[in-house]
Amino acid sequence: MISSQEEVIINVLVDHKPGVLHKVSNLFRRRAFNISNVAIGTSEKDQVARMTLTMRGGEADAIQLVKHLENLVDVIKAEIVDAGKAVVRELALVKLAPKPEDRLQILSFVDVYRARIVHLSDDSIIVEASGDSDKVNAFIELSRGFGLKEAARTGITALSRETRSNGSQENGVGW
Amino acid sequence: MEMSGANALVEALRREKTQVIFGLPGGQIMPVYDALYRMRDLPAEQRIRHVLARHEQTAAHMADGYARAIGRVGVCISTSGPGATNLVTGIATAFMDSSPIVAITGQVGRRFIGKDAFQETDIIGVATSVTKYTFQPRKASEIPQTVKAAFHIASTRRPGPVLIDLPRDVQQEAEVMEFTDRIIPKRYSPLPDPDPETVLRMVDALANAKAPIILAGGGVKISEASQELVALAELLMCPVATSLMGKGSIPEDHPLSVGVMGMHGSSETNQLVAKADVLLVVGSRLSDRTTGNASKFCANNSILHIDTDKAEIGKNKVPTISLASDAKKALKAIHAGLSTRLGEGRELDPFRRAKDELNLEGLKKDGPYLSAVRVVRLLRKLLPRETILTTEVGQNQMWCAVHFQAYGPRQFITSGGLGTMGFGFPAALGAKVACPSAPVVDIAGDGSFAMTENALATSVEERIPVTVVILNNRMLGMVAQWHRMFYGRRYFGVELGKSPCFPKLAEAYGAVGVEVRDYKELGNAVKDALISEVTTVIDVPISPEENATPMLAPGAGLEEVAIA
Repeated sequence: MISSQEEVIINVLVDHKPGVLHKVSNLFRRRAFNISNVAIGTSEKDQVARMTLTMRGGEADAIQLVKHLENLVDVIKAEIVDAGKAVVRELALVKLAPKPEDRLQILSFVDVYRARIVHLSDDSIIVEASGDSDKVNAFIELSRGFGLKEAARTGITALSRETRSNGSQENGVGW
Repeated sequence: MEMSGANALVEALRREKTQVIFGLPGGQIMPVYDALYRMRDLPAEQRIRHVLARHEQTAAHMADGYARAIGRVGVCISTSGPGATNLVTGIATAFMDSSPIVAITGQVGRRFIGKDAFQETDIIGVATSVTKYTFQPRKASEIPQTVKAAFHIASTRRPGPVLIDLPRDVQQEAEVMEFTDRIIPKRYSPLPDPDPETVLRMVDALANAKAPIILAGGGVKISEASQELVALAELLMCPVATSLMGKGSIPEDHPLSVGVMGMHGSSETNQLVAKADVLLVVGSRLSDRTTGNASKFCANNSILHIDTDKAEIGKNKVPTISLASDAKKALKAIHAGLSTRLGEGRELDPFRRAKDELNLEGLKKDGPYLSAVRVVRLLRKLLPRETILTTEVGQNQMWCAVHFQAYGPRQFITSGGLGTMGFGFPAALGAKVACPSAPVVDIAGDGSFAMTENALATSVEERIPVTVVILNNRMLGMVAQWHRMFYGRRYFGVELGKSPCFPKLAEAYGAVGVEVRDYKELGNAVKDALISEVTTVIDVPISPEENATPMLAPGAGLEEVAIA
């Protein structure tokens, strides 16, 4: 999982319609960009979906990817997220099957990570944890000592703290 | 107004001023063909001509050749499944060379999509990587808008192919149609004017340059910026090299033209580029065939890069100054800035091509073969200035790139990016349909011509007369050349033998076939072909040993010594 290359987060606003995910994901594949995470959901507008991509590679690769993305007709806007000036979050669900004697300790580490127990039964616990990727990674690593069975992650999503983002403009330039 | 999707398609095509479509029917596109049939009720000048291909690949190449010859969107059409996949090579060819075509494919009915129905192919999935955009209208009423947007996307900014996949029942469905000039997506708009500050920086760099040179790419032709290119070169008094795609953007008999650079460019031209202090690149993506080894390319000089596609800037080579702009606007702006800066008295650093002393009387052949280089140079002398030349791919293409001077931007048509063998002949047919009064000649290799020779039927039946000159070495010549140069002459899979006899093949299709044995016969055959009302195939025996040189070894830098 750990790569020597840096990770760059790219936010992409796309038309919310069938086939767009294919066109965008096809671009990474065909131009051999190394995408480690994709999170997609709706945005503040009904017709617009937001994709948050995490790319392994340098700044130059990321700039090139943004240019290719903006060439896609369905892409409204693509920009590199400055992680220092953004809120970056990921959510993980972790299913544990702990030994009975560990149950109490789980409660305490869940508390430390500000995670939540969302399901509890005789033989399993599901914990919801969110935060930046480092925190989620650490949480999952810790869970291994407590009977980790399954983990599911949403992938990173991010919003710039600034009200007006700089960088790339609307898809007015390209092709 | 209520009408079927198929009728709406035809009406929308007519509104885009489509005059011809190249295609081949099949089950899932039949409603559209029926709508084409119904056009016979219209006055002749309002009908769309349909040119029947014998293989969908040739239909796509014809549409592409048409588009390149005239600068308008070419349209091709096929059925679903194999018809659609056969188009793909042609679509990919147009994509790599930024040629505006709209490809229309039939598709199985909506309720069969995804069920692996007969002749179903997910052509959107297949074609996404080789198109600028794809559409699949799910309602007939979407068709007018879709066609409008498809033509707009195909022909603007950096042009390219757009695919419209039409489920059969959408073609049949009758709905109320609204024909409008409104284009969706609205945000897809022309580029803004060139940024004045960047223009000024480029002007500074060029004004201070001691030995500038311009590299013109295919973008100069697409943007119809030849005049502006020549004006800027004359102002700077600097040489103009072109990429293969840019060939003809400056008339190659202009004193400042130094021809095509790159892997097969002349050593003098490549040296000029390598030694220039400032290289102005206009509308070229700096492909590996143009730059040679990219890391060695212009390592010590400044590169000023203008391209309408900002994703091309920095993709293959990071420039010193870049400008995302239409070539014509950028060249105009730079010219305006420079003309106040440069005084009179700039002199042309003479780059004079050895005068072509070739004369028909003096040509003798060596042994049983004619020389390909001489044939190509002789053809340039024999063919009228306004001739549109197409080439196939391989040695024939490189011989033409080096030895057939192009005098105009739409007069040299070749598959540069994809390198599609079999492109030249159907592209010639498309070019002839676009420009019926211009002589159209395809200089071919025997391997390439054989790939799409069935377009002879189209050429004869549709009365589209062109001239094909086959440089016949009975080899896949370029591969054989690589065998000789880099694989110790270990020929494998390159010897084509004597089959077919091309003149007889041409005759079988109802075309004229001529085998020539010397230069004089070639001259006579070309003269006859130019006035013939049917296509002429001229078979010219050349040596299997003749190389297309000069050639830089793959991975070599521009300044390195070429294989002569």
